[in-house]
Amino acid sequence: MRLLLPWVLNIEGMGEFKVHRVRFFNYVPPGIRCVAYNNQSNRLAVSRTDGTVEIYNLSANYFQEKFFPGHESRSTEALCWAEGQRLFSAGLNGEILEYDLQALDIKYSMDAFGGPIWSMIASPSGSHLLVGCEDGSVKLFQITPDKIQFERNFDRQKSRILSLSWHPCGTHIAAGSIDYISVFDVKSGSAIQKMIVDRQYMGVSKRKCIVWGVAFLSDGTVISVDSAGKVQFWDSASGTLVKSHLIANADVQSIAVADQEDSFVVGTAEGTVFHFQLVSVTSNSTEKQWVRTKPFQHHTHDVRTVAHSPTALISGGTDTHLVIRPLMEKVEVKNYDAALRKITFPHRRLVSCSKKRQLLLFQFAHHLELWRLGSTVATGKNGDILPLSKNADHLLHLKTKGPENIICSSISPCGSWLAYSTASRVFLYRLNYEHDNISLQRISKMPAFLRSALQILFSEDSTKLFVASNQGSLHIIRLLEGSFKHLHTFQPQSGTVEAMCLLAVSPDGNWLAASGNSAGVHVYNVKHLKLHCTVPAYNFPVTALAIAPNTNNLVIAHSDQQVFEYSIPEKQYTEWSRNVQKQGFHHLWLQRDTPITHISFHPKRPTHILLHDAYMFCIIDKSLPLPNDKTVLYNPLPPTNESDVFRRRTAHAFKISKIYKPLLFMDLLDERTLVAVERPLDDIIAQLPPPIKKKKFGT
Amino acid sequence: MAALEDEFTLSALALGTGPDGLLGVEPSDKTDHFLVTDRSRTVVLYKVSDQKPLGSWSVKQGQIITCPAVCNFQTGEHIVVHDNKVLRIWNNEDVNLDKVFKATLSAEVHKIHSIQGTEPLVLFRGGAVRGLEALLAEPQQKIETVISDGEVIKWTKFFMVFRHPALVFITEKDGNHFAYVQMFNSQNLSKYSLFLGQEEKSVTLNFTAYVDRKFISLMSLSSDGCVYETLIPIYPSDTEKNQRLVRSLLLKAAVSGITRNSVTLTALDQDHIAVLGPPLSSAKECLSIWNIKFQTLQTSKELPQGTSGQLWFYGENLFMLHGKCLTVVPYKCGVSSLAGALGKLKHTQDPGTQKPHFVNWEMSQGCGLGSPNSEQSRILRRKKTEASLQPEVPASEQLLSTVKNGSEKYIEVELRKFLAKWTPDFHTIGDIITGLLGRCKAEPSFYPRNCLMQLIQTHVLSYSLCPGLMDTALERKDVQMLQLCLQQFPDIPETVTCACLKMFLSIGDDSLQGMSINVESVFYYSNTEQDEKMKEQPEILQNGFNPEENNCSNCKQDLNEKPQDSTEETALCPVIPKRAALLNGILHSAYSETFLLPHLKDIPAQDITLFLQYLYFLYLKCSENAAMTLPGIRPPTLSQIMDWICLILDANFTVVLMIPEAKRLLINLYKFVKSQISVYSELNKIEVSFRELQKLNQEKNNRGLYSIEVLELF
Repeated sequence: MRLLLPWVLNIEGMGEFKVHRVRFFNYVPPGIRCVAYNNQSNRLAVSRTDGTVEIYNLSANYFQEKFFPGHESRSTEALCWAEGQRLFSAGLNGEILEYDLQALDIKYSMDAFGGPIWSMIASPSGSHLLVGCEDGSVKLFQITPDKIQFERNFDRQKSRILSLSWHPCGTHIAAGSIDYISVFDVKSGSAIQKMIVDRQYMGVSKRKCIVWGVAFLSDGTVISVDSAGKVQFWDSASGTLVKSHLIANADVQSIAVADQEDSFVVGTAEGTVFHFQLVSVTSNSTEKQWVRTKPFQHHTHDVRTVAHSPTALISGGTDTHLVIRPLMEKVEVKNYDAALRKITFPHRRLVSCSKKRQLLLFQFAHHLELWRLGSTVATGKNGDILPLSKNADHLLHLKTKGPENIICSSISPCGSWLAYSTASRVFLYRLNYEHDNISLQRISKMPAFLRSALQILFSEDSTKLFVASNQGSLHIIRLLEGSFKHLHTFQPQSGTVEAMCLLAVSPDGNWLAASGNSAGVHVYNVKHLKLHCTVPAYNFPVTALAIAPNTNNLVIAHSDQQVFEYSIPEKQYTEWSRNVQKQGFHHLWLQRDTPITHISFHPKRPTHILLHDAYMFCIIDKSLPLPNDKTVLYNPLPPTNESDVFRRRTAHAFKISKIYKPLLFMDLLDERTLVAVERPLDDIIAQLPPPIKKKKFGT
Repeated sequence: MAALEDEFTLSALALGTGPDGLLGVEPSDKTDHFLVTDRSRTVVLYKVSDQKPLGSWSVKQGQIITCPAVCNFQTGEHIVVHDNKVLRIWNNEDVNLDKVFKATLSAEVHKIHSIQGTEPLVLFRGGAVRGLEALLAEPQQKIETVISDGEVIKWTKFFMVFRHPALVFITEKDGNHFAYVQMFNSQNLSKYSLFLGQEEKSVTLNFTAYVDRKFISLMSLSSDGCVYETLIPIYPSDTEKNQRLVRSLLLKAAVSGITRNSVTLTALDQDHIAVLGPPLSSAKECLSIWNIKFQTLQTSKELPQGTSGQLWFYGENLFMLHGKCLTVVPYKCGVSSLAGALGKLKHTQDPGTQKPHFVNWEMSQGCGLGSPNSEQSRILRRKKTEASLQPEVPASEQLLSTVKNGSEKYIEVELRKFLAKWTPDFHTIGDIITGLLGRCKAEPSFYPRNCLMQLIQTHVLSYSLCPGLMDTALERKDVQMLQLCLQQFPDIPETVTCACLKMFLSIGDDSLQGMSINVESVFYYSNTEQDEKMKEQPEILQNGFNPEENNCSNCKQDLNEKPQDSTEETALCPVIPKRAALLNGILHSAYSETFLLPHLKDIPAQDITLFLQYLYFLYLKCSENAAMTLPGIRPPTLSQIMDWICLILDANFTVVLMIPEAKRLLINLYKFVKSQISVYSELNKIEVSFRELQKLNQEKNNRGLYSIEVLELF
C-alpha cells in the first residue's frame, strides 16, 4: 500500500488549470483554387487563392509536409505535376512557376507572353507543358531538366482558353473556351474540330457559356463541364454531342477523371460533388454507359477544383476545406483510412507566445497581431468561467511591406523581441514597454545571408535567435540590446539541400534540434557549435519537436501519431519511449486525423508532456501506466462517485481534454495557467462570401 | 501493349544476399512455385501468388552452394550442387539436406539445367554436358574437357528446339567470346566465335537468347549501352569448326553506357526484352521493357533501392533483387496493334466468360449508390472468397446436379449438409436457387418449400438474385414464404409488393389459420397478461399456439378496455393477428410512391376498406402513448402508417368516396386527425416558448471572444 501512495498523490495532483480561452485570432484560411494529385509519390499539391501552395503527403496520414508562401500578385489558376515529381503553377500574372520541392523555394518564373494564364496541363508523358492564355493562345512548352522552354503556339482562338485536356496518347488536346470546345492536333498545332456548347439554360438563353473544364478520354470522348450546369459528352472525331447531363442550377466548375477512365468527378458552384461511373447498361452486357452515381455535399460554397486519386475523390473550394472522400468500393479494408477527411487548418503553428509577459503573437498572411492576455483574481471549480479583472488588449498591428506573405514569425519568451520572415527578407524588431505604452524599433541591416527563413526561434533566455533558412543552413544570432551579432552557421549535411522546417531549443540553451521533411532530426550542440547527433530517420514526417527542461529529452511527434522521446545526452531513446513502442499506442490515439502541432512541458513536473492537435490536448504523465486497447482512452467525466480503487485501476498516462476545438495553439504560461487559442468554424464561415442560395422545401 | 503490374516482394526474410545478389531463381514443378538459391547456404521454395515461402533447406556450415537449385520436372525432386562437386537430390518432404541423396562427381559442375519435358542436364566447368540419369548411374565417370585452357563459361541457356533439347553456352577468353551449341538429338557440338564488329572498345556485359525458327537469336548487352543481336544457326550449314558470327545492332542506348555490373537483360518474347539498369536520362536503376521490333520503350519502372544486376523471367513474372528484397514484377503483354495504340480499338469483353450476374447487396450497402458490378468490387469479392471458393466448386456443382434430378427430401438433406459445411457465397446460393426454381417451373408438383426457406434464411439472397421465387410463392399462395421474402429482400419491385398486399388482404381467414406465420410484430394485440404468457413460452408461440383462442381473448380484452372510446368498432383490431403480421411486413417494405400508386388502384374496394381500417387501428394504437410507437419486435412506425394511409387514399380516392362501408371509417379518421391537429397546434405554441428558453440558456454558455475558465483534468 505504501508503494502505491506516491502514485495516488500524482493522480490527485494532475491538476486544475486556469485556461485563457482565446477566440479572437481572426484567422480565415484562403479558399482552395487548385488541387493536383501525383500518383507516383501519392502527394497532393493544393494552391490557395492567395497564391500559397501546400503539399500533402497522402501516405503519411495526409500531413501537410511542405508549403510555399503566397504572393499578392500571384493568383494561381492552374497547378500540375510533370516529369515525375516536378511541380508547376501558372496564374493570372501570366507567369509559369516551377517550385523547388527540396529547398521550398520558387525555382524560376517565366512569362508565357499570352496575358493571364487560365489553364495549364502536363502531357501524358510529362515531357511538355501546355498553357491556355487570355488572348486565346495555347502554348506548348518543353520541359528541360532544369527549366522549361517555349516550343510553339497552337492556332489562336478568339477567346480565352479556360480549360485543357490532353488525350492519353498525347496526340490530341481538347481546349475549353467561352461557348465552344476546340480539339487540336498536337503535331500540327491546328484546330481540327470545334464543338459549340449550347448557351440555353433551362429554356433561358444565358449570355455566355463558359467551359470550365474538359477531359479527353482515350476512346476519343471529350467530357466538358460548363457554366450552364451541364456535363456533356462529345465525340471528338465527329464533333457531335453524344450525351448531356444537367446536374446543377449553377456552374459546374471542375472535372477530374480516374486513370482507368472508369469514373470521374465534377464539382459545382452549389458545393455538390458528383461522382460518375462507367457501368454496364444491363447486368451482363458488355456495353457500358456513364451514369451519375453519387452526389456528395461536403462543401457549402463553390467547389473550384477536384482530383481523382485511385482510391478517393478530392475536392476543394471557396469554403477553404480540403475534402478527401475515399471510394468505398476501392478500399479493401474498412479501417480508419476509409473515413472522410476534411482538412481546414494548416499543419503548422501560426501563434507564438511570450510566457513572461503573457503575450500572444498571431500570424496572418500580411500582418501580425500582438495581444496581451487579461487576468483574473477569482478562483473556481471545474468548468467555471471566472470574472475578468482585466480584459485582453490588442497591443500591436504590424503590417508587412511588399506583396509577399509571411512565412513564419516568433516572439521571444521575454516579449521584447519579435521576428518574422517573408520569402525574401527577415525582419527583426525590438519591443519596449513603458507602463501601458509599447514602442517598436526595427533592427535594420540584417545580414545578407538572412534572406528568407522557414522557421525562427528565440532561446528561452531571449539572448539568441535561431533561423532555419531555406538553403538547409541554420544560423545562430546573438541578440544584444538593440543590435545583434552573427555567431555561427550550421551548414547542411554535405550534398543535401533539404530545408529544415521545425526547430526546437533546449531551455538551458545548449541544444538545438532541427528537422526537415525526411532525413531524421539533427541535434546540434550550441556551446561547441557542432553537430551532436542525428536521431534515426523515421518513415513518417515530424510534425512537432520540443526539448524537455533539465533532462534534455527530445520529444518528437510524427504524422502517424507516434511520439518518441530521445535522450540527447545519452544519444538514445529513453526507457519510457522504448516501453511505449513495445506496448504500442492506444488504437484511438493512432486514429486521430490531425497531427500534433505543438509540444511543451510542465516547469514543475518533469514527467508531464503537454501536446495538442486540432481537436484535443493531452497531458502524458510518464509515471502512470500506459493505456491498452481495452481501457477507455478519453474519460471526460470526473470520477465523483467511484471508489478510489476503481480510479486507480483506470488511471493511465494519457489525460485528454476535448473541450477546446478547433485548437490552433495551446501552451502552459506557468504551472497553473494554460492558454488555448481556438478558431470556431462558424466564425470562419461567417467571414466567407454567402453561398449560392438554394431553395429548400418549405421555405 | 506490354505492361508491368504492381510489384510485390517475397517476404522480407533476410536472404543471405551478398553484394553479388542471388545465385538463382528457378521454376519448380508446380506453377507459381519457385526455388530461390542464395549465395551461401540456403534454398527457399516460394509460392509467388501467396508471397510466402513453402520450404527452406540449408547445407551444413562450411559447405557452400555453388549452383542454383533446380527442379527435376520428371520426378518433382530438387537438385542442388554444393562445393562444386557434390550433388544433392531431395523432395519437398525432406527436412535436412545432410540426410538426402548425395553423389560426388569427378569434375566441377558449372550449372544444372532443367526444363519441362526433358531430363536435367549437368554442365561441367570444362564444357562437357551429361544427362542426370547417365551421370547418377556412374557418378565417378570421367568427364572430358571441351573448352580450351583459360576459357571461362560466362552464360548458359537450355532450350527446347523442335522438341529436342539444345544447350547454348558462351565462354570468354582474353576478351573474345565463343558460343557453343550442343544439340542432343544429334550429339552435335558446334563452336562459334563471336565477332564484335567495329565497337571493339565496348565490353559485352550480358546475354540473353531466344529461339526463332532456324536461329537462336542471341542478344547481348554491351557496355556502350546498346543491345546487339547475333543469330546462331540451329543446324550448322557446314561442319567446319570455329565459325565466326557477326553481330548487328538491335537497340541503341537502352541503358546509359557505363560499365557497371548492375545491368542485365532478358528476352521476354520474340518482340520484347527487359533491360535492368540505369536509363540514359537518370542514374537511378530502372526496369524497362523494350519492343525490339519497333525499337520503342514500352514501359519502365524505377527501382530506387538498386538491384544486384540480376533478372529472371518465368511465365509471367520477372524476378529481381530490389534493395534487399526479392521483388516480383508481373509482366503482361497483350496483343498490340496499331489500332489499339491509336485508341480506335474498342475493348470487347470475352463473351465466353458470361455468367448470370448477381447483385451482392452486402457489398453495395457500403458504397451507397455505387455500381456493385464494377470491376474493382468484383476483384474485391473474388479476393474475399478466393480461399473458400476453390474447394467449394466441386461441392456446389454436385449439389446443383442433385437439384436437377434428386427428390425433394434428398435435396433438402444435401442442402443442409452443404450449408453446414460452407459459408454461403451468394454466387453459389444464386445458382442453387435458380436451379430449384427452374425445376419448380418445369414440374408443377415439385415445390421444395423447406429448401427455399432455408436458402432465404442464409441472408445472402435478394429479389434480383432469384426473381422467380416470389412469383412462385404468389402462385402457390405461400404467404409464409412471402413474409420471409418481404423481411429479407431489400429490392422487391413495387408490383410484387402490391401483389403480396392484395393476396394478404384477400386470403381467407381459414386458410391463414392453418399456416405458421411469424407474429412477433403484432405484440400489441395482447394485454399485459398475455405478454407474460408469451414471454414464458416463446416456443409455443412459434410452433403450436392456437390463434383462435388468442384472438378471442384479444377481442374481449379490447372490448373491456375501451368501452368509453368514441370510435368503438375501430378499437378492436379488424384483422386476425396472422393477417396483421403479414400486413406489417408490407408496411415495412421499401417502395417508391410513383411506382406503387398505379398498382394500388387494382386492389378491390372491400380489401381497401379493410386495410384502411387496419391502418386506422394502428394509428389509434400508436397515439396511445407519448412516444407514438407500438410495442413489439419490429412494429410498423408511425410514419410508415401515415404514409400508407396517404397512399391508399391517394390511389383509391374515388373508390373510397363511393363505397358506403368506407363512409363511417372516413368520418372517424377525419375526426381523429382533426383532434390530433388541434393538439399539435397547442404543442407548437409550447415549443416556441421552450425554444426561447433554450436560446437564453445557450447565450449564457457562449463565452464570447475571451474568457478565463477553470479546467480540471482527470
